[in-house]
Amino acid sequence: MLRVFEFLAGLLFGLGLILSGMTNPAKVLGFLDLFGQWDPSLAFVMGGAILVGIFAFTLAKKRTTNFFGGALHLPKASHIDKRLVIGSLMFGVGWGLAGFCPGPVLVSMAAGHEKALIFVIAMLVGMVGFEIAERTIRNKKA
Amino acid sequence: MNIDWTHFTPWSSLSGGIILGVASALFILINGRVLGISGILGGLLPPKSGDTFWRIAFLAGMFAAPWIFNALAPSELITTPQIDADTVLLIIAGLLVGIGTRYGSGCTSGHGVCGLSRMSPRSLVATVSFMASGFLTVYLARHLF
Repeated sequence: MLRVFEFLAGLLFGLGLILSGMTNPAKVLGFLDLFGQWDPSLAFVMGGAILVGIFAFTLAKKRTTNFFGGALHLPKASHIDKRLVIGSLMFGVGWGLAGFCPGPVLVSMAAGHEKALIFVIAMLVGMVGFEIAERTIRNKKA
Repeated sequence: MNIDWTHFTPWSSLSGGIILGVASALFILINGRVLGISGILGGLLPPKSGDTFWRIAFLAGMFAAPWIFNALAPSELITTPQIDADTVLLIIAGLLVGIGTRYGSGCTSGHGVCGLSRMSPRSLVATVSFMASGFLTVYLARHLF
């Protein structure tokens, strides 16, 4: 099956990231610099996205299938644990050090920025390393 | 707190945000999944049979975005990104983002946009956590060291 729809969703998401300013690390850091010269723009990104998202997810919660009749995978996890908090704190430190988060850095890499490519390689190493460590620990316990 | 009015772009940021919301809305209602970049990417490491092609199609769309944007957008909307971090900092930051988003099960898109939109307490805790450590990191880097 051709995944035209997913391609278009990725394209739209990428265009939104560029227009909003998220793909410019200097702008992201300007937002995170709450105690310096603060640029509040990214709060508008979040606000605009959530404004639309609330309607979509309210609708999704009332349904059992997606529009094509396929499965609707709404996350079931609801527990708040150490993993969630420590992982998110680590992510925030990395975000604050370089001004990149996963979506924007992929777009920036595709635009040909070498520094974004370096970040993406390190990010993928981190993701794979985490996966390997998880499996090793799980196998030891089993 | 001083507002940096010269860099403040409420309209393009709000419009960009609305586009991100529309993409996330279409994704949950048509694909049936939460649009989270770290999750979409992480699901390819390693790829699982039958669960790979849609992820690659999505990423290909993202990769096409800057080219299409630069070709079609009016020139006043096209900005040159400024990446100040040096190689060592980029590697440390990339590792932290890679490990952290997998350990915490999401990033700015999955927890921040989609999680808050569906009013998930779990995503609220994640978003507050990464925002707080992001603010603190920039504070330490710019104003203390």
